[in-house]
Formats: sequence, structure tokens, C-alpha cells
Amino acid sequence: MSVLLEVENLAKHYPVRKGAILARQVGLVRAVDGVSFTLNRGETLALVGESGCGKSTTARLVLRLIEPTTGAVKFKGTDITTLDGATLKGFRRNAQIVFQDPYASLNPRYTVGQTISEPMEVHNIGDAASRRARVEELLKLVGLAPYHAQRYGHEFSGGQRQRIGIARALAVEPDLVVCDEPVSALDVSIQAQVVNLLRDLQRRLGLAYLFIAHDLAVVKHVADRIAVMYLGRIVEIGEKRALFSNPRHPYTRALLAAIPHPDPSRKGRVTPLGGDVPSPMNIPPGCRFHTRCPYAQDICRQQDPVLKDGVACHLADQLPPAGVDFAGGLAPNAAKRLALYAEAAARS
Amino acid sequence: MSEPLLRIEGLRTVFRTSGGDVPAVDGVSLEVHRGKTLGIVGESGCGKSVLSLSVMRLVAHPGRIAAGRVMLGQRDLASLSMAEMRQVRGRDIAMIFQEPMTSLNPVHSVGFQITEAIRAHDPRASNAELRNRGIEALKRVRIPSPERRFDEYPHQLSGGMRQRVMIAMALACSPKLLIADEPTTALDVTVQAQILDLLRELQAETGMAIILITHDLGVIAEMTDEVAVMYSGKVVERTNARALFEDPQHPYTLGLLGSIPRLDEDRENLLAIRGTVPPPFNLPPGCRFNPRCPFAIDSCRAEIPPLRSIIPGHEVACIRAPVEASVAA
Repeated sequence: MSVLLEVENLAKHYPVRKGAILARQVGLVRAVDGVSFTLNRGETLALVGESGCGKSTTARLVLRLIEPTTGAVKFKGTDITTLDGATLKGFRRNAQIVFQDPYASLNPRYTVGQTISEPMEVHNIGDAASRRARVEELLKLVGLAPYHAQRYGHEFSGGQRQRIGIARALAVEPDLVVCDEPVSALDVSIQAQVVNLLRDLQRRLGLAYLFIAHDLAVVKHVADRIAVMYLGRIVEIGEKRALFSNPRHPYTRALLAAIPHPDPSRKGRVTPLGGDVPSPMNIPPGCRFHTRCPYAQDICRQQDPVLKDGVACHLADQLPPAGVDFAGGLAPNAAKRLALYAEAAARS
Repeated sequence: MSEPLLRIEGLRTVFRTSGGDVPAVDGVSLEVHRGKTLGIVGESGCGKSVLSLSVMRLVAHPGRIAAGRVMLGQRDLASLSMAEMRQVRGRDIAMIFQEPMTSLNPVHSVGFQITEAIRAHDPRASNAELRNRGIEALKRVRIPSPERRFDEYPHQLSGGMRQRVMIAMALACSPKLLIADEPTTALDVTVQAQILDLLRELQAETGMAIILITHDLGVIAEMTDEVAVMYSGKVVERTNARALFEDPQHPYTLGLLGSIPRLDEDRENLLAIRGTVPPPFNLPPGCRFNPRCPFAIDSCRAEIPPLRSIIPGHEVACIRAPVEASVAA
């Protein structure tokens, strides 16, 4: 597998200023604070974490929608943080984004056809007739109909709008699609439709996804590898199966344990993590998770752990085996009827 | 089982539009028992929030309760005057909402807002007494240093803290019933776990009943005793929480269960429900789920299936349930 994207020690710091005329800097928000990872062609890497962990900022840095404070983003071997003009535009053709809110991310004055063909016009791809044909092809690809091209965004439901957003991202045949919480705003039954579509498209087109999400169950379904972020850093990264069966960082464990599980027999078995995420303006010294970590010791309060063998924790090798058990699955009657449902749905 | 605390009978809430009355809640009957949690689950537009607002009599114009009763003991809340209803809100039934930031008033201190309900129901309470009871209420929801937080403003608190303040406000007058409308949807998953834990503890302490409205089947499994699944303004399945997951009957319930990715199994594809929820002003004939249902037959389009008991304590509004018998036939 060849590497498509290499992110090295990426950081984005926002100065906080006070005063109107003689503004002075009173603080620094370290939104992303030294993040490194790679993404292979055709692969899905998920960035997960809670609000303020820096996952969306990382996504925007990767696409250079915002400028990094330090660090490098190498796309096919070229550092895109130094590109400009035509070379930057060339990169943009190869890397697209699908946004979280399908209501806010479509221009209300554009027809769906205009929305989808705009990226092709920007990049001078084809003539008007071939773009129209491509729009129809893309609409079919995402499960909509060619006649939808004449309609406006507001005529569509949330799930359909997200399909339009996906069609727009695919219009210029990118290698990388950044999906920033693409299903978080959708109802569960619609979420499943969009998740299935994204997987299907990846298989057919060989896309690489950088998938930003807070829902670990969705991530388990779409990702090949997962990076867990906390306060601007990756605290654990690994192959999906390994990360779920043997989560090594205490924060990963807490995240997994906190997910309400659709099985009433395990009701109330989890002790939740205490406290709140500290402000990124005031990151704790040492390990940034130590203020909420049930295992924290002196070393954790003093030394900032580095990401080694996929985990950034001083105690990773000493922790008891993870207590999250995912045995169970669907009850027999539920499984039987779900199978009938799937069969009947496939027939009709 | 003992007499229910709250009994909703044939409730119908409609919204007046230029095209006539559009039902958001359409003939819903439910019971809530003391010390128990009733979960109401469904997707956007199923009527779960309008149902809870109807119980509180907070449905705003052009919406109104068109039929049915909401019995709290011997009183029908649906027929009370607004003045009488104000005596019920806060004291008998309290409510918390999804978005703790927009539900709190940014220009009043936390303490002022917490004691508001106490002042309303007990106008003679002194300032010192109000402060004590307010701090007590903050302590009850495990807010650290409650004396300091009492004088702070909502923007100084995190999302989880704000939801704790909302809960403290709701519980200030010890209501018998708490309605929680998506109380953790806006919160991060570790904070959600804290708030759910808190609600469970408070219920054990006070014996209050809870109506928990959510779209998340995980939260349903985690929190509830009884569950009603709503679709397009109607209850389509009603049973205890265990049976909902172990013996799901309605095709919509099956579709919901199939749509959620689970941590405990690997599936190639999620079982998505095709299509979308019908708009309430353009409902399909017969069963409202029939255009999306893979088991639908002609009689599903002929009339609306009533809720029927499939086994004692388990009701389902589907003529095809149990589906294995229908498919085999």
C-alpha cells in the first residue's frame, strides 16, 4: 500500500488578545499541538475525540483551509503547506471535503446541478455538455436521480443533501476525501444509508478517507485505523480491531466504556470518567489527560508522554487488561427478524 | 401493577395550517409509573417532543391539544386553566431540555434561576432560606463548590455543568415526574455518561418517575424500564426495555436496531431503512410506515393498524407481526 498523506508534527496555535488598540497577547489556544499520522491510498483513518480535541482543526489543516503554526502536510510526497497558485489549486483538485451540516453547506441560490458542477468549472474540467453528463452520472452514483439536478437544496431532506455534498466532493475525482462528521446531523436510519454509501464509493473508486467523528460505533463501522485525540494530541492510534479489543490509553478505554450500549442487561455497569475536558488555553502540565485519569501517578503530572508504539501513556504497559467487553451482540429473536428484514428489503 | 402516576389517553395534538389541521401526535396512550422510567424513542418528526410539550401544556400556537386526556392522579391536565397548570409545572412535573445553553437565561445568575421555582411555589421564603435551598439543590446534582457556583452565570459553566444546573432547577421543588427531552444529545459521550448516572442516582433517592425522550437506543437500554417507539405521531410498539431488544416486533423497530452500528458485532453493511419519514401533512394511507416497510402487503395500505397485544405487556401496531409467521405463510 502506498502512502498518500503524511502529517508531521502539525500544530495550530491561536493567540488570545485583549484590548482594542494596544492589543496584547494574554494567552494561547493550542487547538492542535503536535499531531503526526499517515494515510494510505484507499484507506480510512478516523480521528475521534470529544469537543475541543482538535479533530476538525486537524482536518482543515490537512486541506490547508487554515494555515498551520508549525509542521508539515505531505500529499503524495509534496509538502502542501508551502504551495501557492497553480500548484495549490492542483492539490485542491485531489483533496475534497464533505461537511457536517448538510443544511448550511449547500448554497441556497444554486441548483443541485450548479452545486455539483462548480468544482469542475473551477478546475476547468470538460465543457458544459460533458459537465452536465458528469452531474447526472454523479447523481446516480450517490443514489439520486438525474432530474434532481434542476432542483434546489432546500427541496431535499438531510440525508439527500448529504448525498449532494458527497457528489460535489467526488466531481473532480479526488484521491482524498476529508469527511468532517458527515453523519452526525442525521437520524439513525438515514445515517446508516449514508455510511453504507461512503463505504460503497470507497470500494468502487479507491478513495482514501480522513473521517472525523465523535461516535465510536460509527467509526468502528467505517474505519481501517483509528486515531484518538485529546486536547490537541493523538493519544492512541492503531488498527481498528486492535484498538477496540485492546484499548491501551486510559482515555480510549473511558471513551469506549461511556458509549451507551443497546443491551439492557448491562445497564449501569460503567463508572463514568469524572470531570470535564480542560481548556485548550490552559493545558495541564505533564500528560494532558492526568487531571481525569484514574491511574495517574507522579510521573504523569511531570512528564509529557510521547506517542510510542501507537500510545502516549507512561503506564500503558502496566495497566490492567481493558475491562470493556463487547460480547453479546443481538438477541436471537432480534437477529432472526433482522435477517428476515434484510432479505425482504433486498427482494422488494 | 399499582395505579400509574400519569396516564395519557388518546392524546391528539394538531397544528393548524392553511391546509387544515396537521396532527403531530395522533392518538397516543401511555402510562408512567412511580419511580420508573418510560423511554420514548423515535426519529425527527415522530412527535416525541410535541408529546412531552403536550403533557406540560407548553404547545404554542398554532398547535393545540385536539383530543384526549392527560391524567395526573384524578386531574386531567389537558383541561386545566393556565393558572392551574402553573401550579402543576415545577411542583408536580418538571422538564429538562436538550440544549442547556439556550435553556438557561444568560443574564441571571445560576442561583437566581435555581430559586425561581421555589419563589414561585413558596413566595414567603426568605432570601437566606432561598440561598440555602439553592445551594442544597446544586449539591444534590454533585456540582463541586456549590457556594461559588450559586453566584456564577451560565457562560462560566461547561456543557455538563449547565445540564446539571438544569436538573437542579427541575428538581428544586421535588416533582413527582421529570420529563427529560434528549437531555444528553448535545453533550460529549463521557459527559453524557456522567449525566445519565446522575439521573439514575437521583431517581433512586427521590423515587420520581422519568419520561426520557431520545433517538438513541443505547440510552434507552441504559436508562429505561418501559419503552414506546413512535413513528409519525403514533406509538407503533410498546413494551418493557428488555423485550424491546430481545423480542423486537414492529418492522420500524427492527429497522432502527439494524441501522445502529454496534460495537459488539461486525456487519458488512448497516441495515438502513429506505426512504424518509413522511411529512405530517402528506401521510400515506394505512400504516404510516408502509412505504418504507419491506414486509408491507396490500392490507397495510388499507387501514391504520391499531396497537394490539402480541403477548401480555407487549403491544405492537402491525398486522404482519411477528414477521417470521407472516413471511412463512
